[in-house]
Amino acid sequence: MMLQTRYLGLNLNNPLVIASLPLAKDISSIRHMEDAGAAAVVLHSLFEEQILIEEKQLNENLLRGTESFAEALSYFPDISSFQLGPTAYLEHIKEVKRAVEIPVIASLNGISTGGWIEYAKKIEAAGADALELNIYFIPTNPAVMGDQVEQLYTVLVKDVTSSIKIPVAVKLSPFFSAAANMLKRIDQAGAKGLVLFNRFYQPDFDLDNLNVVPNLHLSHSGELTLRLRWAAILYGQLDCDLAITGGIHTAEDVIKSIMAGANATMMASAILKHGISHIQSVLSDMKEWMKKRDYNSIEDIRGLLSMKNIAEPTAYVRSNYMKVLGSYL
Amino acid sequence: MSRPFVTIDGNEAAAYTAFRTNEVIAIYPITPSSPMGEHADAWAVQDLKNVWGTVPQVTEMQAEGGAAGAVHGALQGGALTTTFTASQGLLLMIPNMFKIAGELTSTVFHVSARSVATHALSIFCDHSDVMAARSTGFAILASNSIQEVMDFALIAQAATLEARVPFIHFFDGFRTSHEVSKVEQLSEDDMRAMIDNELIRAHRQRSLSPDRPVIRGTAQNPDVFFQARETVNPYYVACPDIVQKAMDKFSKIVGRHYHLFDYTGAPEAEKVIILMGSGADTVQETVAYLQAKGEKVGVLKVHLYRPFSVKHFIDSLPESVKHIAVLDRTKEPGSMGEPLYQDVITALVEAKMQGLFKFKIDPTVTGGRYGLSSKEFTPAMVKGVFDSMNQTKLKNHFTIGINDDVTKTSLEYNPEFVVEPEGRTRAVFFGLGSDGTVSANKNSIKIIGEETKNYAQGYFVYDSKKAGSLTVSHLRFGPEPIQSPYLISKANFVACHQFSFLEKYEMLKLAEEGATFLLNSIFSAETVWDHLPRKVQQQIIDKKLKFFVIDAYKLADEVGLGVRINTIMQTCFFAISNVLPKAQAIDLIKKFTEKAYGKRGESIIKMNFKAIDEALNHLIEVQVPKQASSNIKMRKAVPDEAPEYIRNVTGEIVAGRGDDLPVSAFAPDGSFPTATTQWEKRNVALQVPVWDPEVCIQCGKCVFVCPHAVIRSKVYDSESLKNAPDTFKSTDAKWKQYAGKKYTIQISAEDCTGCGVCVSNCPARSKDEPDKKAINMNDLDPIRERERQNWKFFQTLPYVDRKELKLNLVKDIQLLQPLFEFSGACAGCGETAYIKLMTQLFGDRALIANATGCSSIYGGNLPTTPYAQNPSGRGPSWSNSLFEDNAEFGMGMRLALDKQLEYSKELVKKLSKDIGKDLVNDILNADQTTDDGIEDQRTRIKTMKKKLQALKGNDARELISLADVLVKKSVWIIGGDGWAYDIGYGGLDHVIASGRNVNILVLDTEVYSNTGGQASKATPRGATAKFAMGGKPVPKKDLAMMAITYGNVYVARVALGASDVQTVKAFREAEAYNGPSLILAYCHCIAHGYDLIKGLEQQKLAVKSGYWPLVRYNPDLLKEGKNPLTLDSKAPEIPLKDYVYNETRYSMLTKTRPEAAEKLLKEAQKDVYQRWKAYAHLAEMPVDQE
Repeated sequence: MMLQTRYLGLNLNNPLVIASLPLAKDISSIRHMEDAGAAAVVLHSLFEEQILIEEKQLNENLLRGTESFAEALSYFPDISSFQLGPTAYLEHIKEVKRAVEIPVIASLNGISTGGWIEYAKKIEAAGADALELNIYFIPTNPAVMGDQVEQLYTVLVKDVTSSIKIPVAVKLSPFFSAAANMLKRIDQAGAKGLVLFNRFYQPDFDLDNLNVVPNLHLSHSGELTLRLRWAAILYGQLDCDLAITGGIHTAEDVIKSIMAGANATMMASAILKHGISHIQSVLSDMKEWMKKRDYNSIEDIRGLLSMKNIAEPTAYVRSNYMKVLGSYL
Repeated sequence: MSRPFVTIDGNEAAAYTAFRTNEVIAIYPITPSSPMGEHADAWAVQDLKNVWGTVPQVTEMQAEGGAAGAVHGALQGGALTTTFTASQGLLLMIPNMFKIAGELTSTVFHVSARSVATHALSIFCDHSDVMAARSTGFAILASNSIQEVMDFALIAQAATLEARVPFIHFFDGFRTSHEVSKVEQLSEDDMRAMIDNELIRAHRQRSLSPDRPVIRGTAQNPDVFFQARETVNPYYVACPDIVQKAMDKFSKIVGRHYHLFDYTGAPEAEKVIILMGSGADTVQETVAYLQAKGEKVGVLKVHLYRPFSVKHFIDSLPESVKHIAVLDRTKEPGSMGEPLYQDVITALVEAKMQGLFKFKIDPTVTGGRYGLSSKEFTPAMVKGVFDSMNQTKLKNHFTIGINDDVTKTSLEYNPEFVVEPEGRTRAVFFGLGSDGTVSANKNSIKIIGEETKNYAQGYFVYDSKKAGSLTVSHLRFGPEPIQSPYLISKANFVACHQFSFLEKYEMLKLAEEGATFLLNSIFSAETVWDHLPRKVQQQIIDKKLKFFVIDAYKLADEVGLGVRINTIMQTCFFAISNVLPKAQAIDLIKKFTEKAYGKRGESIIKMNFKAIDEALNHLIEVQVPKQASSNIKMRKAVPDEAPEYIRNVTGEIVAGRGDDLPVSAFAPDGSFPTATTQWEKRNVALQVPVWDPEVCIQCGKCVFVCPHAVIRSKVYDSESLKNAPDTFKSTDAKWKQYAGKKYTIQISAEDCTGCGVCVSNCPARSKDEPDKKAINMNDLDPIRERERQNWKFFQTLPYVDRKELKLNLVKDIQLLQPLFEFSGACAGCGETAYIKLMTQLFGDRALIANATGCSSIYGGNLPTTPYAQNPSGRGPSWSNSLFEDNAEFGMGMRLALDKQLEYSKELVKKLSKDIGKDLVNDILNADQTTDDGIEDQRTRIKTMKKKLQALKGNDARELISLADVLVKKSVWIIGGDGWAYDIGYGGLDHVIASGRNVNILVLDTEVYSNTGGQASKATPRGATAKFAMGGKPVPKKDLAMMAITYGNVYVARVALGASDVQTVKAFREAEAYNGPSLILAYCHCIAHGYDLIKGLEQQKLAVKSGYWPLVRYNPDLLKEGKNPLTLDSKAPEIPLKDYVYNETRYSMLTKTRPEAAEKLLKEAQKDVYQRWKAYAHLAEMPVDQE
C-alpha cells in the first residue's frame, strides 16, 4: 500500500500531518507522534504579537518597583540572557530537527510584514523544512476595503517567499468575496501550498459577569465539508499544493480530502481528543479502506472527486445548494 | 599594564575582588550589603571563576549568625572563605568572630558599615557596627572610596593570609557601597601577584583533617586559658607591618600608594583632623582648598584601625601639629569619648611614654561625632571643625552637622561654604520611583565614565515610602578625579521629571546662577509658565536659569514605554547640558540602551531608540518672562489643622527639612505619636476609584481588600447629611438593622496609590454599561478638591456601634474603623489588608511586635506612620525590636501582661473592701470573649479607678497604674517569611511551644521582599529569586504542618483573595484561642513580578491549584470531640502551571533554563498533590474519643 505523498516539495510517508497544536511544544510528544506514523509536524505558531507582548511584559515586570526604594533597588536577579519569543522558538526548531526525521514545518502567526521577514529568515536558518504562514486577520475597521485586505495578504506572501528559500504554505480563512481569485493570487505570490482553512476562534459571552470570553471548541468532522468544496474547486487550477485542516478526525476524512484534491491533511483536535495513538488507528483504517477497494496508492485517489474530475461539476456550485434544499422538501 | 576603567559602586568593587580571591562565600541579605552577595551569587551561577580557575561556592544561610558559623566551618575546612554584611548582621557574627580570630584564621569580612539600631532602626551609614566588633580580635581596615574598596579588598586578602589575623574590611554603607564612580579595575594578574599561593597552602594545611587530626575549640580551665590566650600576641604585633608590606607590594604592582595612616595637607599643618571612612575624602578635598588659600591644615586618614600601630600613627602626623580633632562616625553614650578619639589620646600618651613623641608642642585633642545614619558631612562642616580649633576654649565631645540645643554639643558652621572646583558638571534630578530616572542616570554615568576621559560620580537618595516615591540623583562629571562624597548643594543642572514635585519640593534652591532647568511638563513651552508656583517662577528669574520643557509622558506613551521616561529625559540632559557633543551622546545613549535592555528583546530596544530619536524634537526652550505672575503657592507639607507636633516636627520632615530640626524636637526614648499618615496627603495616584451608589450592592469587598485603607464605608442617620457637600454621595443602607439609614463609600483620594485592587475585586456590574462596576477608576486631578471636601465631611460621620455588627461577616466588617491606614507600602501590597483587618477586629487593645522587614518599614518608618487611633484615643501600640527576635519580643510583651494581670488581680482582691465586693467579682470573673464583654470590663475598670483615686496607700496607687491590664489585651507578632521561616524560626518555634497566648501573623510573600527579593525557605520550588537564580530546587517549608504537630497551637493558612470569609474566621479564632496561634497569610508581592491589580486573582488561583490549601487547625475542637483540622478549600482543580506562569518569578525560568523549568514544574506539581493528600488525610482522620 503506497500512502506516500508530496507536499510543499517534501516527501511524506502518508498524507497525515500534525497541525499546529500545543503538544508540538514538547519534543517527546513529537517523537511519539512520529512513532505513531505522523508524516510531518507543523510546530505551534510563533505569534508576532506574543513576542512583542512577551518582551514588553518581561521588561515591565522586571522593572516594576526598581530603583525606587533604597533597600530593594531590584526584585529579581540580574539575568544575563533570556530566551525570548523567537530565540526560544528557534531553539525549539533545532531541537525538534535533532529529535525526529519527519519534515518539520514551522508556523508564523501575525500580520506585519517587517517582523515576518525577519522571523522567517531566522526560522529558515534554524533548519525548518518549510514555513506555514498563518494569516489570522479580522478586518474590523469598516473603512478598510476588501481589496486592501487582499493586497495585504499578497504583499505579505510575496515578501516572505522572496526572502527565504524553504517552501512557504499559507493558511488562511475562506472569508473572501472572490475566494478562488484570492487563493490564486496567493499561489502566484509564491506560496507552495495553501492550507484550507483557518478556524477563527469566536468569542463567547459570559452572561453572569457580562463579559466577552475566549472560547475554544475542538473541530469536528462536520467542518470538513467547507474545506472539501474548496479543495475540490481549486484542484488542478493552481500550481501550489493543497492541504486540508479543520475537521480531519477519521480515515474517511483523510480519504475524502485526498479525493477532493489535497496533498496532505492536518489533524489536531482528534489528537487532543483521543491521544497520539489515534494517528496510528487512522492510518491503519485508511489502509484497510483502500485495500478493501483495491486502491494501491494515494495518487490513485487524489482529486478523484474534484470539480475537474467529476461528471457533474455543478455539485460544487449553486445547483448543489438547490439539491440540498430540495432534499428537505 | 593598562587596566580598564569601570563605573561601579562600592558593593560591586568589594564583591569583584572578594569573589575572585575566595573559594567559599556564605551570605545573608542585609541592607546595604546585600548587593555584594547578589553579585557573588550571580557570578557563580554564570560559572565565573576565581583567580585559581574554579567557581566559588556561594551559599545563602538562614541568618548572619548562620553565615558566620558556615564561614567558621569552611575556614576550619581549609577553604578561602568570605562573607558580606552590615549592622545587626555583623553583630550576629560577633560570637564566631571571636572564635575565628582566637584561632588565628585568615579571612576577610567585607562590611558596608551601617548604623546599629538603637532608639530607631536606620539602614544608613555610621561605624557603630564596626566599632561594636572591635574587641573580637579582627583587624579593621577602612576604605574611603570605591577605588579603595576594590584595592583594599585585595590588600586585606593578601595581608590576612600572611598575618593570620582575620580582617574586617569596611566602607561606608550607601555613601560608598551605593555610590557609582569611575575606578580602575584590578586585573586577575594583579590578584595573583598580590597573593602568595604558599600562604594559601599553609592556610589549607592548618585545616581540620582526619588524615592529620588535631582538636580545636577545646574547653579550658583557669589554669591555662589565660596563657593560651596570650599566644596570639606576636601575630598582632606583626600585623601592621604585614599590612604596610602588602600596601607597598600593591603600589609596585598597581601604582597606587597607601599607608596605614595617610596624611595629606600642609607639611607644616597646625590643625589636623583624624577620621576614617568616606568623610576622610571630604576632609581631604576641603584641606586641599584651604591649603591653597594658605591655611596650615591637614587630614590624617586612618586605614588600619586595628591593630592600632602607635608608631605608624605618630610617624604619619606632621611635627608642627598643634590641634587635633578626631571625628568618630559613631556614638558611645557614657564613654569618655568615641573609640577613635580615645585611641588617638592613648596613642599620643603612649608615644610620649615610649619616647616616640616628636611634636614641637603637646597638641590639644578634641573629639566629636559626625554623620550618624548617613547625616551629610560636607566641606562646610569640615571648615566648622577647623574653625573650632581656633577657639581659645576648645569644645570637646562636640557634634557637627546637627543643632544640639539640649546639651549644646554642636559646633557652628556656615552651610554656604563650598569647595567644588570649576569645570565640573553638577546635576541633580528629581524623579518618581517608577519612571526610570535613577536607571537613566546610572546609564549616563557609565556613558561618561567608560566612553570618555572624564570622571563620573553618582549618588542616589531614595524615599522611605514604597509607593509614589521620590528619587533624587546627584551626578558629577569632570576631567579630574572626583573626591566629593556628599550631596550637591550648588547644581548647574536641575531636572524635575515629575511636574507635581514642583509644588512639594523646593528643588531650585539647589540651582546656581545661570544653571539649566529641565522640566517634564504636560504643558507646552508657551503655557507652562502660568502653571508654575510663584516661588519657582521667581527662582528661575532671579537665578537667570535656562528653562527647557518636554512632555516626556506623552512621548513615552506614544512609543510604548508607558510611564518610563528615562531614555527621553536622559537624551534631553545630554542635549542641553553640553557634557558631550550631541551626536556622540545620542550614539552612546543608544549603545548603552542596547546593553541595558538588549537581553529583554528587540522590540524593547526599538521602543527606546524611537524615544531617543524623538526626544530632541519635543524638547523646547521656554522664553522666561521678566516677572513672576503666578498665584500658585508651594503646598504645605501638612495642613494647618494638624496637631502642633505634627506641624512642627513631622511636617518639617515631610517637607525635606528634617536636617534642620534640633535635638529638642525628639523624645529621648524613640517614642513618636501614632496616627500620623493621615496628615501627609501624598497625592501619588494618577487615577483613583470613584463610587457609583446605583450599582453598589454594599458587600464591602472594596473596603475589605483596599491595601491602603483609603476606601471606607459608613452607615448613618439621614439627618447627618444636612451639612454634606453637594457632591457627597449617599444611598439607602441595605442592612435589616439599619433600615431607614444612609450608606456611603468614600475614598480618601489624596491618600490613594491608584493600585486598582478595589475595582478588580468589585463583584457588581452596571446593567447599562457592562464595563462599569460599582467602583471605577477616574483621573484624580479633576476631582481632587471635590473628594478632599467629601472625605473631610465623611470623617465627621460617626462609626456605627460595634455591638450592632456581626463580625464574622465581611459586609459588617467594612463598617469597623481600620486602625492602620495610608501606609507607605507598595501600591497594591498583599500584606497590608491583613494587618488592616487585624486592627479593625482587635486594634483598640493590640500590642504589636513587628519583625524588621517590609511591615516594619511601612509600619514604622518616619516621617509618618500608619497605626491609628479610634475616637476614644485607643489603638495599636507598636514596636520593632530586631529581625531575628520578634517572636521572643512579642512573647516578652505577653509575659509582662500576664504578670501584670496576675499582680493586678492580687491587688484587686487585696483592696476588695474598698473597691466593693460586687465590682471586684465582676472584674475578676468578667467574660471578655466578646467585644461587648470587653467594653463592659472597660467601664468597670473606669469605675474602679475612680474609687481608687480616693484611697490612700501604695496598693491603690499601684493598682491605678496597672488597672488597664485587666481589660483583655491582644498580642500580635507580625513579620514576613524571612523572619518566620529563616532568621527568627528558632524563636518562633520556641514561642509556639510555650503555650502562651500570642497571635503570630506571618505575611508570607515567599521571598525577602524588603531587601529586594532574595530566596527564603518559604520560596517555592521552581521560583526564581536572588540566591536562587536557577529556580529554587527544593520545596517550600510547610510551616503550618510543622506547627500543627505540636497539637496545642492554633494554625491557619489563609488567602484573602481566595476566601475573605475563611480569613476572617481564622483571625477571630486565632485571637480567641487561649494559647499560641499562627496565621500564615498568602501575600502577593511586587517581588512576584506582575501587576498587583491581579494580586487577589492570583491568590484565588494559588488556592484553586491546591498550591495553598486553606486550612484551620483549632485545638479547641478536640475538646468537643471533633477533628481539629478543617480544610477550607477544595482539592486541586487546575494545573499548577495555570497559577504559577502568570508570575515572572516562575515564568522567567522558562526563558532562562526551559528544561529546568519543566522539571521543577513537574516536581512542584507533585509537591502540590502530596501536600494536599497529607492535609486531606489528617482532616479526615477520626478523632479518638478516648
